[in-house]
Amino acid sequence: MRDLETDLEELRESYTSGKTKEASWRKSQLNALLTILKEKEKDIFNALEHDLGKHYAEAYRDEVGTLTKSVNLALSSLKDWMAAKKAKLPLPAFPSTAEVFPEPLGVVLIFSSWNFPFGLSLEPLIGAVAAGNAVVLKPSELAPASSSLLATTISTYLDKKAVKVIEGGQVVGEHLLSYKWDKIFFTGSSRVARAVMTAAVKHITPVTLELGGKCPAIFDSFSSSWDKEMVIKRVLGGKFGTCSGQVCIGIDYILVQEGYAPTLVELLKNRTVKMFGENPRETKSMARIINKQHFSRLKNLLDDPSVKSCIVHGGGMDEHNLFIEPTILMNPPLEASIMTDEIFGPLLPIITLKKIEDSIGFINSRPKPLAIYAFTRNETLQKRIVSETSSGSVTFNDAVIQYAADTVPFGGIGESGFGRYHGKFSFDAFTHEKAVISRGMISEFWFRFPPWDDNKLALTKKAYSFDYFGFLLVLLGLKK
Amino acid sequence: MGTLSVNLLHICSVDSGYTRSFRNQFPKKRNLLLPIPVLNKQKRLQFAHSSFVCSAALAVMTDEEKKVFDIESAASLVKELRGSFNSGKTKSYEWRITQLKGIGKMIDEREKEILEALRKDLSKPEVEAFMSEISMTKGACKLALKELSHWMKPEKAKTSIATYPSTAEIVSEPLGVVLVISPWNFPFLLSVDPVIGAIAAGNAVVLKPSEIAPATSNLLSKLLEEYLDNSSIRVVEGAVPETTALLEQKWDKIFYTGTIRCIHLSCKEATIVVKLSRCFSTFRSPRVGRIIMAAAAKHLTPITLELGGKCPAVVDSNVNLKVAVRRIIAGKWACNAGQACVAPDYIITTKDFAPKLIDVMRHELEEFFGKNPMESEDMSRIVSVQRFKLLTKLLDEDNVADKIIIGGQRDENRLKIAPTILLDVPEDTEIMREEIFGPLLPIITVEKLEESFDVINSKPKPLAAYLFSENKQLHKDFVNNISAGGMLINDTILHLTVSSLPFGGVGESGTGSYHGKFSFDTFSHKKAVLYRGFAGESPARYPPYTLGKLKLLKTLNSGNILSILLALLGFSKD
Repeated sequence: MRDLETDLEELRESYTSGKTKEASWRKSQLNALLTILKEKEKDIFNALEHDLGKHYAEAYRDEVGTLTKSVNLALSSLKDWMAAKKAKLPLPAFPSTAEVFPEPLGVVLIFSSWNFPFGLSLEPLIGAVAAGNAVVLKPSELAPASSSLLATTISTYLDKKAVKVIEGGQVVGEHLLSYKWDKIFFTGSSRVARAVMTAAVKHITPVTLELGGKCPAIFDSFSSSWDKEMVIKRVLGGKFGTCSGQVCIGIDYILVQEGYAPTLVELLKNRTVKMFGENPRETKSMARIINKQHFSRLKNLLDDPSVKSCIVHGGGMDEHNLFIEPTILMNPPLEASIMTDEIFGPLLPIITLKKIEDSIGFINSRPKPLAIYAFTRNETLQKRIVSETSSGSVTFNDAVIQYAADTVPFGGIGESGFGRYHGKFSFDAFTHEKAVISRGMISEFWFRFPPWDDNKLALTKKAYSFDYFGFLLVLLGLKK
Repeated sequence: MGTLSVNLLHICSVDSGYTRSFRNQFPKKRNLLLPIPVLNKQKRLQFAHSSFVCSAALAVMTDEEKKVFDIESAASLVKELRGSFNSGKTKSYEWRITQLKGIGKMIDEREKEILEALRKDLSKPEVEAFMSEISMTKGACKLALKELSHWMKPEKAKTSIATYPSTAEIVSEPLGVVLVISPWNFPFLLSVDPVIGAIAAGNAVVLKPSEIAPATSNLLSKLLEEYLDNSSIRVVEGAVPETTALLEQKWDKIFYTGTIRCIHLSCKEATIVVKLSRCFSTFRSPRVGRIIMAAAAKHLTPITLELGGKCPAVVDSNVNLKVAVRRIIAGKWACNAGQACVAPDYIITTKDFAPKLIDVMRHELEEFFGKNPMESEDMSRIVSVQRFKLLTKLLDEDNVADKIIIGGQRDENRLKIAPTILLDVPEDTEIMREEIFGPLLPIITVEKLEESFDVINSKPKPLAAYLFSENKQLHKDFVNNISAGGMLINDTILHLTVSSLPFGGVGESGTGSYHGKFSFDTFSHKKAVLYRGFAGESPARYPPYTLGKLKLLKTLNSGNILSILLALLGFSKD
């Protein structure tokens, strides 16, 4: 652990030397990340295959591709993001100039998680280096191949005096948390998040917590077959086709109107077979479960007899290969663990409601999720969902895709976390917006200074209420 | 019965109200009780008056018996407010506007009472109180009223090819039920200003004003009840037990203005900290900001901490000295006697220039506060005996007492300390290590002004940093090399009147920011809303995944329209 201390000292020195603040340094680090994504693409694919059995296409779409897009955006916007923003000034501060000057926070710590070991490590890292911070990244030990690839490539390609990857599990994590950081960015479970925030108290370190929750998908009735095809593909792609449902913004359960449920189940079943084949165990298009522990957690969810009886599709498991088939359930009991805990796996419960509008009350009676999805053409319902429910984000007629949209913030509310990132928001998450005003020495409102009298009070009142005419009158002694 | 209880309580509270609270703070030093009886006649009247107000409130309480504000009452309060919030009424534009108008009306109609309360708590001169509290709060309220519809409007966002075809917007939604804890130094402004933000954003709010400024706390409780919707906006007055009970609850946001450093806590506050830290047993370090954050961690509640720090003022020799000095005095002594989180805490200047600076300081101080500043009505007093003791302790330390070059007079009975300037106090003294938060101003001298950067950077990041200089390069270096919540060049404290700038700290001086639109944002969640169409899209997104799809995805990602077309048609080059 003494090594860690030297590491941290080196990072602090790099930061205080001021080099990480230079635009050239930030650019060079972002370019290095781009080089990694290009040159090490094969290695990244292999690591993801090793850790999670992700298909190359999925790995590219969700990690390498999305990251490339993000680095490019950061590179092309850096100058704009780094520029001080001018602000307007009121009369009492005249004559002056005001601006908001973005400055890096210092030495920051990023905890990433195992489900998107590259995406969730590098996405915040892009923001941190773009904002000019020195960074420690601790990838999840549960995706070991990815973690070690990150460690070796980052130390080779990036400035290792200012950006370090520290590998390890809980012990290392706790040890890291015992040091002083200027920001902690955490992606993971709310249980660990509590420990992280409690540790942050010691140095009142600001934190961003990217957590999860049970993200519902409201499924309205569709009549057009084109619409049906489209939305079913998107539901399944967003559930089983993205890390086998091990995603914080994955669809956790579907809400549907009673009468439409049989149609929905049929549609889902057919499309599942088209996507993953008659025998999904042989598919290459689905990631596996990360480890034994999570496998048995998911198995336990299904083993509850009252839940097991609700399976309408799939349910097969292969413990040896840590594989679970795409599984669809109809109306499992709401008090069963599968409906109280975040599922984080390829199990998809469908809950039926009398009316689709009831879904709003259903969602509001549960903790705020990271995402709400609604598949509907009904604009009144869309409006009601946006204004009457609360969640990190709302996406209509698609799932998971908001992760790739960098013009809107990505982040939770309530139990799904706080703080936001992606695009410019990532830069902001690692930046302090310093207000800077510069004044001249010439003019002065003498009424600012004691000794106080009624005339000064009158002037002040006019000045602060922007009553320039009244101000002039008092000034000229024409008004009391 | 009613009259009787009022009378009884009146007698009790005159005797026990203030006296008891002082005794609690210094249980072993009886002689500290003396200041109360020897207060001048005017002061005594004020105290008697305010204790009568207290007793009236108490009398109402006794009617309903055991109405102690404990964890249960806090829980039921939060439950009630959550009910209001869930009903959706606080989200409506009309509700927000009505409440904001209520605040505006309250300030207009009750200005006299507010100024009176501030005079009772801090002997704040009227003009100063008007400038720093009334007008600032009114300004914030006016701005919110004017801009609200604009702030509430969803913000359109561009969408990229990755999510094409779609439209996206950012919707600001209220966080829920929020807690605002405010301090005693600007007890009106720092209570109502964040409440304005919370209301504008559509939240239900509980305000806990500081008990160290009892008259204002009491008035706020009365006025907010009178002018605002009580089903969604409440004031809880109190100290240790009340704060503990509140912090036990789950909030959707905690907004705390105050201090993290022990030195500028009064003993009463320090007791809260110790007791609270026992409650939460996370940290023994007596710092309130941390206690708040530890409590928030339990429920993963986002927090804004508006703290303080030692705000430096660097003075170059090329300045218009008279203007510079007046501006320093305005930010230090004419602003609550230095009891402000953005007050200049110490000055750094060059050895050669220091004598000149001190001469002008002496002259201007006399202009402002007269030959005998102890008799000036134009400076606030120290808030409490405890704070007075702490400040004089700073002055009486070895190596400090002999450094006083201006001022140093004090009067414990009237809780007054004259504007005091010290020269070249050693760095290892308490006055140079802790935030002063009072009318004492040490001047540190350096050989070359650039050395000031090291002095500042060797301390925790302050809430504000000031520079007086005509040297443009120095301005630049100062902005680039010094980290602080905010910066003001050639003036002090004015930056917090500017609503177009975020006001907030960094590092030890806090986290989060507010004022103007930033207040609205602080109490809002920025919800990303994405609307997708049903038009065609690349099948490459969906399983079964193939290497062909990988290639297509790569091309799509490149954003090059020609390559996309080629790839879609199967003519891709690689």
